[in-house]
Amino acid sequence: MLNVKENHPIEFSAELLTKFAEIASRYPQGKEKSALLPLLHLVQAEYGWLRTEAMDKVAHFLQIEPIEVYEVATFYTMYFLRPQGKYNLEVCRTGPCCLVGAERIMQYIENTLGIKEGEVTQDGLFSWRGVECLAACGYGPVLQIGPDYTFYENLTEQSVAQLIETLKNKAQTEA
Amino acid sequence: MGRKLLLEHIDVPGINTFDVYRQQGGYRAVEKALKTMSPEDVVEEVKKSGLRGRGGAGFPTGMKWGFLAKPEGVARYLVCNGDESEPGTFKDRYLMTHIPHALIEGMIVSSFALGANTSYIYIRGEMMPQIRIVEKAIAEAKAAGFLGKNILGTGYDLEIYVQPGGGAYICGEETALLESLEGKRGNPRIKPPFPAIAGLYGCPTVVNNVESIAATVPIINDGGEEYAKIGIERSTGTKLISASGNIVRPGVYEIDLGLPVEEFIYSDEYCGGIANGKKLKALVPGGSSVPILPANLVSKTINGNARLMTYESLADGGFATGSSMGSGGFIVFDEDQCIVRNTWNFARFYHHESCGQCSPCREGTGWMEKILHKIEIGRGSIEDIDLLWDVQRRIEGNTICPLGDAAAWPVAAAIRHFRDEFEWHITHPKEALSRNYGLARYADPIAPVVQ
Ligand SMILES: Cc1cc2nc3c(=O)[nH]c(=O)nc-3n(C[C@H](O)[C@H](O)[C@H](O)COP(=O)(O)O)c2cc1C
Ligand code: SF4
Ligand code: FES
Repeated sequence: MLNVKENHPIEFSAELLTKFAEIASRYPQGKEKSALLPLLHLVQAEYGWLRTEAMDKVAHFLQIEPIEVYEVATFYTMYFLRPQGKYNLEVCRTGPCCLVGAERIMQYIENTLGIKEGEVTQDGLFSWRGVECLAACGYGPVLQIGPDYTFYENLTEQSVAQLIETLKNKAQTEA
Repeated sequence: MGRKLLLEHIDVPGINTFDVYRQQGGYRAVEKALKTMSPEDVVEEVKKSGLRGRGGAGFPTGMKWGFLAKPEGVARYLVCNGDESEPGTFKDRYLMTHIPHALIEGMIVSSFALGANTSYIYIRGEMMPQIRIVEKAIAEAKAAGFLGKNILGTGYDLEIYVQPGGGAYICGEETALLESLEGKRGNPRIKPPFPAIAGLYGCPTVVNNVESIAATVPIINDGGEEYAKIGIERSTGTKLISASGNIVRPGVYEIDLGLPVEEFIYSDEYCGGIANGKKLKALVPGGSSVPILPANLVSKTINGNARLMTYESLADGGFATGSSMGSGGFIVFDEDQCIVRNTWNFARFYHHESCGQCSPCREGTGWMEKILHKIEIGRGSIEDIDLLWDVQRRIEGNTICPLGDAAAWPVAAAIRHFRDEFEWHITHPKEALSRNYGLARYADPIAPVVQ
């Protein structure tokens, strides 16, 4: 159950395509490639990560070469080229957050979930990684969870434990 | 305490909505500029204000606007830099979260001044909640007739769009940002041409920080001269400072430029002193890219003057004993912090964020990370310190964009001021793993190390 949508063919919904078109209209004619980053965010929010097939479809929509999409998807850290846990915990690991205990929080997450950075738990629910400064250094340690990028500030081991419990329960009621 | 210009109404409930913002006097600057001033008048007021870019480089905003090329029949663009990824900086996120209309109002005034009819606000992708907030503010302003066609019946048209980034610090560099906005990797461009001549889609473009743009609102409302009365020398107006690290009250503060650094750290109105009754060890006053200052250079400069929150005073002493205002990311280190570990952390950051186009930056940041890690875990040698010094010197000034310098400066400053701590890591490898060095052994300002 790593990612249920993994093996299904990619078919962008009419709703998604309308959103694509609205975004592409924000730029001058002939400059629609500007829509690439926002479109990839929408696709990732829908499918959890960027499969080659999905990227090819985005290329087709924007009338650009697939390689132009791969170039972008591999450059920016927010795009995932393989499946992540349903909840991907991204902890800030940069200096200011480390002054207030970010490293301890990452260690705690690693121990509690029993997985290393970048791995996914057996049940497919969780993954985690360290990310760079999230522009919230005064409220550290912080973590975020996509695709909405919900933010959790002033983390302690207790609050992280609670968060993980809450997410587990949420997943269960949604299942 | 001075008057707040940007955050004056931040505590008014509902200030994030158009109606409340308007009730508090919002959008007066748009009415004044569009109905009673010419675009040149607006540029003139901003020049008079002495406003300097709040994104880090501190370049005078009015002057930058004056450089914008105006060829006939070619679109011009204003692009707002909301990438905010400099470690230690979180003021733009704060402003966009709590008072988004201040940014939109500033965008309208600034776009009008530059003759732009389409403007983009580039916000880092991780700030998805802020992107939604700013998009909502744009929709509200548009519904009220402050955006769109023929704004307030003046004949001026303007659309503003929000563009999300994809997670890359380098996209804060203005030409990388433009590349990213064009749907490409964030590789900085070689300058010249400067964006003022050939920027977004090859058209004349101004890139300004979120705070710089918001600051045009009080400048237009009260006049540039009024704004310039606040502050000292060429540091005029107010500045948002992001305060983090080991202090009692971290957060975003709006200060009058010219406030003593000591007062900012210890006053209850601001940081409230060092947390847990500990002692100050060091300070990074302007985001991770600027030189670190040891405690003995925080309150007074090498010349014996009080250290003030101004562009000039923070830089007093040059690179040997001064630092820089940068983006205003004020990071405070208490006596328990390890300078070697923090320097390694920052070096790792720059290595991770280097776009890889220039060898000195791509390779040099990697070497600095490796050497610092080696010293941090107690496997370094004394020669490694010299090697580190050598590597950082070879990056500086030899790259396409300033990220290379930004990576080199913090390392240079850490070695310059805390060499004893680096040496202790090497001579006491076991101890270095189990405890920190503590306060540096300085009593008087150290004589500048010969370059
Ligand atoms: C590596 C790097 C990162 C930068 N990041 C930012 C940023 O996140 N936000 C910002 O406003 N300026 C950033 N800048 C500065 C911009 O290049 C540019 O000078 C600034 O946006 C201009 O706006 P201002 O004149 O209003 O300050 C960065 C520069 C460099 C070299
Ligand atoms: S200095 Fe570094 S980040 Fe800047 S262009 Fe060169 S390699 Fe890229
Ligand atoms: S260092 Fe963690 S949010 Fe800035």
